[in-house]
Amino acid sequence: MVTRSSFLGLFCGLVFGAGLAVSGMANPARVRGFLDLFGDFDPTLAFVMIGALVPMAIAWRIRRRMDRPLVETAFDLPPTDPIDARLVIGAALFGVGWGLAGLCPGPALADLALAPMSAIPFVLAMALGMFLQRLIGR
Amino acid sequence: MSLAQSIVQGLAGGLMIGAAAAVVLLGAGRVAGVSGLLARALHMTKACGPDGLAAGFVIGLPLGALLIALACGPVETRFPSLTMLLIGGILVGYGSRLGSGCTSGHGVCGMSRLSKRSLVATAVFMTAGFATVAAMNAAGLAW
Repeated sequence: MVTRSSFLGLFCGLVFGAGLAVSGMANPARVRGFLDLFGDFDPTLAFVMIGALVPMAIAWRIRRRMDRPLVETAFDLPPTDPIDARLVIGAALFGVGWGLAGLCPGPALADLALAPMSAIPFVLAMALGMFLQRLIGR
Repeated sequence: MSLAQSIVQGLAGGLMIGAAAAVVLLGAGRVAGVSGLLARALHMTKACGPDGLAAGFVIGLPLGALLIALACGPVETRFPSLTMLLIGGILVGYGSRLGSGCTSGHGVCGMSRLSKRSLVATAVFMTAGFATVAAMNAAGLAW
């Protein structure tokens, strides 16, 4: 299963990364523009979201009629509740970092290929943050 | 670039992102949250054993962006200072793990599922992002 999953992951990663580059979201300045609600606002990210939500909403409907995914034996999906302090504090810290740098994990990985000199420090810091959370958090 | 042009490119790129996430869901039975997949690929989660999907996805993502750059010409990028990148990176990494997801996991996969957790997380990180940029502008740290 590792081989089929790896191939599927590689293919989906390719399309996902291409989509980030096409949409302009691999550019931190564009993301910053979207978050600059009270300044020089750039609405592009809202349209990226709309474009991405449509196929996914359809996929969730199809999933309801499937007993198992195509190349795995069972669905392995995250919970949809509860809403707890970890969720809210984590999302808030994430949002501050996203606003500071104009980068979230997907675009940061895409930029490893597009602008490595800037993306590498961010990705290393992001991996350190993940490691620290695992160390400190439960 | 005109606004109309950026909207069309945004929609087109968004459809590709959503289609890729849809194939991950229906093919592998998982959500395409990049923070989660990266953590799994780096063996930074409780899950043990190799994760082919995560490793493939994390390698494929930059290659997909590279293909667009090769096919369509340079992709425009502008970054903040190194200090901002490092502080932002630590917060993004820490926060995405604590909050179990990022813009792709909660924002794209979770919201389309109408997950309560994801709707709240997305509202919180969007608000925090808006507030952070407004505060940076006020502090003269715009870039």
